[in-house]
Amino acid sequence: MCDQTFLAITFGPCDNCSQNKPLMNIYLKNEPINYCSLCVELMACQGLAKGETIHTLKAESETLKTKLEEERAKLHDVELHQVAEKIEALGQFVMKTRRTLKGHGNKVLCVDWCRDKRRIVSSSQDGKVIVWDAYTTNKEHAVTMPCTWVMACAYAPSGCAVACGGLDNKCSVYPLSLDKNENLAAKKKSVAMHTNYLSSCSFTNSDMQILTSSGDGTCALWDVESGQLLQSFHGHSADVLSLNLAPSETGNTFVSGGCDKKANVWDMRSGQNVQSFETHESDINSVKYYPSGDAFATGSDDATCRLYDLRADREVAIYSKESIIFGASSVDFSLSGRLLFAGYNDYTINVWDVLKGTRVAILFGHENRVSTVRVSPDGTAFCSGSWDNTLRIWA
Amino acid sequence: MARDMSDKDILKMELEQLQKEVKNTREPVSKTAKEICEWVEAQSAEDPLIKGVPEDKNPFREKGGCIIT
Repeated sequence: MCDQTFLAITFGPCDNCSQNKPLMNIYLKNEPINYCSLCVELMACQGLAKGETIHTLKAESETLKTKLEEERAKLHDVELHQVAEKIEALGQFVMKTRRTLKGHGNKVLCVDWCRDKRRIVSSSQDGKVIVWDAYTTNKEHAVTMPCTWVMACAYAPSGCAVACGGLDNKCSVYPLSLDKNENLAAKKKSVAMHTNYLSSCSFTNSDMQILTSSGDGTCALWDVESGQLLQSFHGHSADVLSLNLAPSETGNTFVSGGCDKKANVWDMRSGQNVQSFETHESDINSVKYYPSGDAFATGSDDATCRLYDLRADREVAIYSKESIIFGASSVDFSLSGRLLFAGYNDYTINVWDVLKGTRVAILFGHENRVSTVRVSPDGTAFCSGSWDNTLRIWA
Repeated sequence: MARDMSDKDILKMELEQLQKEVKNTREPVSKTAKEICEWVEAQSAEDPLIKGVPEDKNPFREKGGCIIT
């Protein structure tokens, strides 16, 4: 996007100090005023403590970052793939498309499995949210959202409701009824309200709370019944694109990734950002906790996926190849965490050996970007959604 | 919200965050990497996508015949 601003220089008495100087035409609370550049600087510095300027803050930030890196580097005594050398290599992979779910009229943006391991909810640019039975490929429910680009959808743990949202800046929950003739849209409940698009949503361990992330740079925890905001999480300096809750046994944390190239780990109860990682070179599109809860993986527009160890507080593996130049849009682990499935913008899905850092398979089949990849709850298959309007189940 | 914050506020936020993080406790990679490897090996035996699922038990096998649910 191009923004062109033309600054016209006028010369005259400053509104503040009354000296004749080149004036900057600025607006304070919608009132046009003319201040000389010195007065504008002084005004901008109000609110900073004595001696603080943007430069000093930046310099301090840089020194702290270097110190943090040094502390982390001290414990970097070995690489993950070196420790993994003794482990047996994986055999040949034969994974193919077992089902193709067709029905969306436009790009599929998000997919989630139900805990019953056979139902899937998917959302699309055309505003439709569809619930499928993956075994039979039948569509069980379909809802039309009032907005396009439904970027987030999630299945409730009970299997009785789905949540979705996108350009409407909201997250809405639809209870699923067994009566096929019932109009689902009538029972819709608006839960979350953000000031920008909803990028991702997830139920916590119950149907009662939802965690959302948004283009407004924040994540938030909401109570479904009342729609009340329970906790908000500030810390990203740009759009948050993805979030993932820690596996239930490991406590109340979640990880988020965004356009500021940072992946942050948050404590859900206090709202505090406990750890932050900034090694990617571009937007982080997807974050996913390792099944044990001690690490998480990210997929980014810089064409790499990375593994971050939470206890060592650093990045421990990069999954990349020179031949892969397109961004990774979505990542997920297999049940044991040995395999990492990553969907890319070059229409392929790469399967990585998490421990050794090597690629074990490339899966072709989609005819456009792969936007989302999710492994089923029992690990028997995974589902991929793509801009070619279809979902594929691979096993 | 991040979009409404001035550069100065964003920098302040980052600075406070960094000050907190420098104090975090960390463990050496040799220890944590080993634990990750052990965890994975213990779980790999049960991972259907690694050990494979016999065709007759795989719910996603090619459709044919009837499935009684």
